Amino acid sequence: MTALTLGAAINAGLSKALETDDRVLLMGEDIGKLGGVFRVTDGLQQRFGAQRVVDTPLAEAGIVGTAVGLALRGYRPVVEIQFDGFVYPAFDQIVCQVAKLHYRSNGRIRMPLVIRIPWAGGVGAAEHHSESPEAYFVHTAGLRVVAASNPQDAFVMLRQAVASDDPVIFFEPKRLYHSKGEVDLDADLADAPPMHLARVAREGTDATIVTYGAQVRTALDAALAAEDEGISLEVIDLRSLSPIDMNTVAASVRKTGRVVVTHEAAREAGVGAELVASITEQCFEYLEAPPQRVTGHDIPYPPSKLEKHHVPDLDRILFAVDRVCERGEGVRR
Amino acid sequence: MTYTQTQDSITGGVPDDGDVLRVLEPDGSRVPHATLDPWIADLSPHELRALHRDMVLTRRLDAEGVALQRQGQLALWAPCRGQEAVQVGTAHALAPGDFVFPSYREHGVLLGRGAQPADYVLAWRGEEHSAYDHRTINAAPPQIIIGAQSLHATGWAMGAQRDGSTDVAVAYYGDGATSQGDVNEAMVFASSFRAPVVFVCSNNQWAISEPVTVQAKFPIAGRAPGFGIPSLRIDGNDALACVAAMRWALDRARRGEGPSFLEAVTYRMGPHTTSDDPTRYRDAAEVDAWAERDPIARLEAYLRAEGMLDDSGMAEVARAADALAAEVRAACIGATTRAPETMFDHVYAEPHAGVERQRAEYVDYLAGFEK
Repeated sequence: MTALTLGAAINAGLSKALETDDRVLLMGEDIGKLGGVFRVTDGLQQRFGAQRVVDTPLAEAGIVGTAVGLALRGYRPVVEIQFDGFVYPAFDQIVCQVAKLHYRSNGRIRMPLVIRIPWAGGVGAAEHHSESPEAYFVHTAGLRVVAASNPQDAFVMLRQAVASDDPVIFFEPKRLYHSKGEVDLDADLADAPPMHLARVAREGTDATIVTYGAQVRTALDAALAAEDEGISLEVIDLRSLSPIDMNTVAASVRKTGRVVVTHEAAREAGVGAELVASITEQCFEYLEAPPQRVTGHDIPYPPSKLEKHHVPDLDRILFAVDRVCERGEGVRR
Repeated sequence: MTYTQTQDSITGGVPDDGDVLRVLEPDGSRVPHATLDPWIADLSPHELRALHRDMVLTRRLDAEGVALQRQGQLALWAPCRGQEAVQVGTAHALAPGDFVFPSYREHGVLLGRGAQPADYVLAWRGEEHSAYDHRTINAAPPQIIIGAQSLHATGWAMGAQRDGSTDVAVAYYGDGATSQGDVNEAMVFASSFRAPVVFVCSNNQWAISEPVTVQAKFPIAGRAPGFGIPSLRIDGNDALACVAAMRWALDRARRGEGPSFLEAVTYRMGPHTTSDDPTRYRDAAEVDAWAERDPIARLEAYLRAEGMLDDSGMAEVARAADALAAEVRAACIGATTRAPETMFDHVYAEPHAGVERQRAEYVDYLAGFEK
């Protein structure tokens, strides 16, 4: 095991993918000499050359659209969108082309693309640099959508995403880029849990928190705090947002009977809405209290001085836990 | 250097004859052209007749598409009448390993790539999104999102470049597409990476109801040099000019000189699609003027004057065209609609729990009606 930051773990995953398959290539803005604005691709162009680690013109539709053509020619492009808020110019190519070409061609054309997106807020960034656009992609049939929450998962899931014959939107929680964890760099992909399975990040008995990405850490902190008050929280790290591993979610909710869903993205028609609807359909008779959502507000991402009021924190999660557990302030309000 | 001059120099309608490169006048007389001639000097009578034949087949197939739609056998059809020269001519210049990225109107390109009768109609009938196997005719599925395929062609060309092959990608689109970001981004990428791609813009004067003057105040071919891409503005109703220009562009790409752009000035003689009514937005006089510049009549007049085509040759081509139309009709009317549960196929290449759950639910639901 090696201690790596989440960013370094993704770098190691990219490096491994480039090493093991010469059809893999990386494309993006500033990913070459600079190593990306977050240094996630640091050193890769030097090692693998400018034909395989490609600095592209500043055009996101162009990056994704040319990656489609490269995939048609048999390549497996891994593209970097520099920031979450910059993905929208590529939206048409992702939704109309990347997501649909396999379907449109009756399976004759495969789109083994990975679209890496440094994602979400909490880093004091400028406007358009802190967005959580995952619901758009989850809503789009043909895409797989995943979000890593720790270095080990980031390393393994990145390689699984590259190996997948489906297009994968790979969200990287940018506020965790510098957080460290142990990574098994020699682990065999065949032994790793498949990318589409959720992970029980912490076992508990009183209520379930379902979340993903950087919010996993916040939820685990909340679970620690709740423990002091005698409440045992189970934390599910979804890892995959499309498909959602409802078996793992439902098993936990049936055990605890209470559920809080939390994400940083806005609430309306978000991943949390989908989760609560599916939980209600599949676990209705097990529920002891109405499920709660703790999310970003239905507003554009606020100026960064206010973002601590937008990104759900430990207290907002605990407040919702109180509500589902029918105790404390959460109930009184 | 300063670039302060702009030019409001296109008017749509019928172009000024001095404006475009051609070797065949509208009446079929052959005129010399220093740039184009070397590229077609080797065309044999057999190849010239094949060009003519494929244009006639394309027109007949197109007429059959319209008829099948009027008879309720197709949901929609996008006629290509009037654009046979650019479609067939450019396709004729391709090598087998080249790969085309067509729009939805490129029936003559598909014909040139060896499409089968069902390939033309199953998508328009609503049976499939794309009928043909891209690998058998080296053509991507027809693109409906305007201009999106220009980026795919550029990316494919970047791949060909990395493979060290001499294969060339070709993006086909219309004048309307040149306003799209994708088309402009494709030119940036193609130029920056010297990708072996040819952009073929069939300027048919109309994007549904909008004349080309809404898209451009300067000849479209004039944009490409600004991206560092050489371009030719050719008479898109002159099949020989189309072959010549395409060979020039393909040769540049194969020699590692990067992308080229062709603006083929032509005319959409029919409606945008069978759902369109062009009498609401354009004058009959304009259509009549373009009818005088018909691409098939032009090549036919030339071939007859050269003694390469006679009445019996014409009759033979007409028989082949009718035979193709009959095959297309049979493939259309004989098509069977897939079982409903197959609509869940191929959403993903690998199993996806959400889609499989919904397939199972819907199969169960349908089974309820059989009891």
